[in-house]
Amino acid sequence: MTPRITLATAARVLTQLRHDPRTIALMLVVPSLLLSLLWWIYDGGATFDRIGPALLAIFPFLVMFLVTSIATLRERTSGTLERLLSMPTGKFDFLAGYALAFGLVALVQALITASVAIGLLDLDTAGPAWLLIAVAVFDALLGVALGLFVSAFASTEFQVVQFMPALILPQFLLCGLLVPRDELPDVLGAISDVLPLSYAVDAMSEVQTSADPQVWGQIGVVLGFSVVLLALGAATLRRRTP
Amino acid sequence: MMNSAVLIRGLRVVRGPITALDDFDLDVRPGSVTGLLGPSGSGKSTLMRAIVGVQQVAGGTVEVLGHPAGAKVLRDRVAYVTQAPSVYADLTVRQNLRYYARVLGAPASDVDRAIEQVDLGTHADHLVGRLSGGQESRVSLATALLGSPELLVLDEPTVGLDPVLRVQLWELFNRLAADGATLLVSSHVMDEAERCERLVLLRDGRLLADDTLPGLLARTGAADAEDAFLELVEKAEQEVAS
Repeated sequence: MTPRITLATAARVLTQLRHDPRTIALMLVVPSLLLSLLWWIYDGGATFDRIGPALLAIFPFLVMFLVTSIATLRERTSGTLERLLSMPTGKFDFLAGYALAFGLVALVQALITASVAIGLLDLDTAGPAWLLIAVAVFDALLGVALGLFVSAFASTEFQVVQFMPALILPQFLLCGLLVPRDELPDVLGAISDVLPLSYAVDAMSEVQTSADPQVWGQIGVVLGFSVVLLALGAATLRRRTP
Repeated sequence: MMNSAVLIRGLRVVRGPITALDDFDLDVRPGSVTGLLGPSGSGKSTLMRAIVGVQQVAGGTVEVLGHPAGAKVLRDRVAYVTQAPSVYADLTVRQNLRYYARVLGAPASDVDRAIEQVDLGTHADHLVGRLSGGQESRVSLATALLGSPELLVLDEPTVGLDPVLRVQLWELFNRLAADGATLLVSSHVMDEAERCERLVLLRDGRLLADDTLPGLLARTGAADAEDAFLELVEKAEQEVAS
């Protein structure tokens, strides 16, 4: 790994994003708007306090998954990835560059969404707000890692978008947002136990209910999934192709 | 001094159901411009990919600048331009080149030099996606001029360019060779043959001829490269028939 190339790649990804203000606006504003909509639906109150933090975990995961999977698919199909790999770029320079760039965007997204939730919508959490943001950033990295991995199995943007309902929606249904995880049927509970988003939402609930939240275990699981997915993603980046 | 910048023995490449190259030998002299000519589908691009080290090969050896093709030490010494422009459409010309220069570890001053060499000075700050096809492929070509590559592998770099620009680029190629670089340039336009020191003619994945233009004309009695090519094809077919 070469730090020079990793940083250059992160800067390049952010520059590409800068040329696309509409995407930036959508990434940064839509989560806050959806959260506000939810606040309106539940008229503030206890249900909003329970669901709000979970959504803070889901937004960055979902958004970064979509952006990363499409961006890396483009690199694969346009030939830029092949060119980079024929240059001194290491696979992890490429992956870490993306993770760094989108991790930064996720941080800004989480700051805005959490500020709106706590400042404007009076979201009540027992634990510190900065932990909500930290968990959100780790979820974003999970989204980046999953997106990078999945892009290897799609050859068009149509296919890549279809992975969203296939891979993200089940995690959303089973993460404890709709029905608490310990009340799920046994089989579904077991499935929920091996899905990374469950741990992200658990961490958020912990911050919401406990004044001294213990979330590093859950964050560790989310980070572990991210590392494994990035390693698998690296295996799909081939210098030599048929 | 190396005897060959590229040394290929018994190369065999299978792409899906077709054998793209079979029992292929080639020597490329350092400091020369070698033209790779042949109809589309004759194996030119596959040969170039094998030399750069991004092609999976089924057999034989490819040695580049004294190392196996694709070796790590070659990654900033061999520049490769694919037929489809491998550049970022959502970055400006300068941003593209600045990124690739940082990946290569080339000095920042190379960026403006390369932009001038491909005559895109007035478009340096335009988005690549808004350029014409010919301009876009010149951005891709400029990338290969960053740093100081010892071998340039250029796949149809002059396709779709106006005659004046084509002459300028061929002058540039010959200047680079005079400075010691080795160039391998493919084309399906036979009239570019006269600008190459050596010609390699390909047909159906096999070497038809490897000679200078005068040598080729003398051997076939043809008036130009195109006729010489047709003559050789006919001779090869007669040999197969008899």
